[in-house]
Amino acid sequence: MTDRKDFISREKFMAELWRYKKGSVTRRHFLGVTGLGLATSVLGSAVPGLRRAAWAQQNIGDRVVLATWPNYHDPANFEAFTAATGAAVDVNVFGSNEEMLAKLQAGGSGWDVFVPTNYTITTYVGESLIEPLDLAKIPNYDAASYNQRFAGPGTVDGTVYAVPKNWGTTGFAVNTSQLGSLPKPTTWKEFWDITMAEFSGRTMVHDYQLTTIGNALKYYGYSFNSIDPNELADAEKLLIEAKPHLFAISSDYQPSMRSGDAWMTICWTGDGKQMNRDMPEIEYVLGKEGGELWSDFYAIPKGAPHVDAAYALINFLLDPAVNARESLFHGYPTADARVDALMPPEVLNDPILYPAQELLDALEFGAAVTLTDPNRAELMARFKSA
Amino acid sequence: MAPATAWLLAMLVLPLVVVVVFSFGERAAAGGYSAAFTFENFANLGTRWAAFQNTLMLAPAGTILCLLIAYPLAYYLAIKADARWRTLLLILVIVPFWTSILIRSYAWIYLLGGQGIPKLLSTFGLGNPRLINTPFAVLTGIVYGYLPLMVFPIYVSLERLDKRLLEASADLGSPPWRSFLQVTLPLSMPGVATGCMLVFILLMGEFLIPAMLGGGKVFFVGNALVDLFLQSRNWPFGAAVAVALVVVMLVTVTLYMRLTRRWAGARDEVALM
Repeated sequence: MTDRKDFISREKFMAELWRYKKGSVTRRHFLGVTGLGLATSVLGSAVPGLRRAAWAQQNIGDRVVLATWPNYHDPANFEAFTAATGAAVDVNVFGSNEEMLAKLQAGGSGWDVFVPTNYTITTYVGESLIEPLDLAKIPNYDAASYNQRFAGPGTVDGTVYAVPKNWGTTGFAVNTSQLGSLPKPTTWKEFWDITMAEFSGRTMVHDYQLTTIGNALKYYGYSFNSIDPNELADAEKLLIEAKPHLFAISSDYQPSMRSGDAWMTICWTGDGKQMNRDMPEIEYVLGKEGGELWSDFYAIPKGAPHVDAAYALINFLLDPAVNARESLFHGYPTADARVDALMPPEVLNDPILYPAQELLDALEFGAAVTLTDPNRAELMARFKSA
Repeated sequence: MAPATAWLLAMLVLPLVVVVVFSFGERAAAGGYSAAFTFENFANLGTRWAAFQNTLMLAPAGTILCLLIAYPLAYYLAIKADARWRTLLLILVIVPFWTSILIRSYAWIYLLGGQGIPKLLSTFGLGNPRLINTPFAVLTGIVYGYLPLMVFPIYVSLERLDKRLLEASADLGSPPWRSFLQVTLPLSMPGVATGCMLVFILLMGEFLIPAMLGGGKVFFVGNALVDLFLQSRNWPFGAAVAVALVVVMLVTVTLYMRLTRRWAGARDEVALM
């Protein structure tokens, strides 16, 4: 025991601190030589979600790059992750799955973890842009506790490429105080009809072909995923007819809805929840004809520079306690029964987050071909430039 | 090979070659580029005609509006303003550049939105016009964003102006307006030409302002390009649109330079007489 170096003198500590501050030594050296690294990992092991995990003791590097969607994480969770592992979370925010796909196709994204939506995963697999997951490195993922409807798309041909993050729906939000004597719309047919009459100049649609074309198809009762040329032609006719009546074509609809410039918009669960929380007159509606149901995943792209950190981050975020905090922060439900058990009852009974079963049954998952179909992309372009 | 040549080759010629090669390719099944040799992308250019039309109308209109507003401002700064305040005033012209155009455009979304200027107008009983998400909003954003780029070249050319020429003109009996038209204006033309060129070229590639203040309804070529590369991932067609835009720019800029040169030449002859 005599040769054990289990302490560091004050003078030596200050000297090392200055070396670190001046940049002559790395943080890793500093943490190692001062014993702070060990102290951090001991403290880290006291944080739920980090206990038991083998990687907490091993070095995962000093950063992990995450490509995700806006307002989709609780920053406090990232801070806890960094405090426990020493890896800073570098967040890149995206506006659409197409954009993510384009970035990965172009190569050199530098991402370690990304958040693809269900319908993109087979495309990523087909293009060899995604790593199969080693589930042994994600002990917090317990497949049995997940609703298979939402977890299923992460598995392609028996291989797990992605583990579920959150799920949600695509409906519309309507400012009921502007309805006057009109009954509250409950269908996509009414959504478009009101847009072209009483709400002229007040409706927004996503700048996203999947949802905008999908919900125009719903006007006629066609599938949200249709790539049938005749059905798409009908949808195009409706879109072109409605365009002069639209307030905007934009996926950034919260500011305009909140300011009262726009009265109705195609809307995702979390946005609907956030607006409704602050302005109860803005209600979230799922069209009776159906529409989109989606599930987002965590996945690791091919060539991720910090694979260990990627697994560590995914595992950390899937810890039920951490995941519950995420969900309470952004307002999107998870498919994990262990997380539901931690959620307050008013959340579980919230019709925006957990819609009635008959409304959910009418919804469809977006299909891979819906995203990649060149005709839908061109239709959207014609609609926008019309 | 001089370093400058190598730099030019790597940074300008090579990327352009890639764009041209891509423009003859095909869209891969899941998007992106797949090698081919086809003119189909160029044949489809007509489907983006509306974007070219919008750009070719709003870019020159924005340039002219910038000029009309920037010239009196530059004139005031260079000639009328008190020398003590001049530096401060010039800094005020640049100050907006310290904040990202994205954030300033967001500010305009609120100014032009229903709770902004229209509300102010309606309290004065001047109606409640829709301003946001119109070509007017896009023009406002353009003029606001690009004005400094027009002010500075004009300011520089006016500031260098030899004041004795104006005295001479007055001594020879010209009223001030005539001195302005025959001395000041012609001598500031190089600044005007530079400013217009700068603003026009940048405007032709603009996409942020139309996207934000046009609500996705006022569509520029820049917006079409962003969509083609990032949304539909039709890189070959995107490359063809980019090539077409470069050609349109080359033609308009060459014509513009010819015109200004001819104009300058004519003036030099007058000066020699």
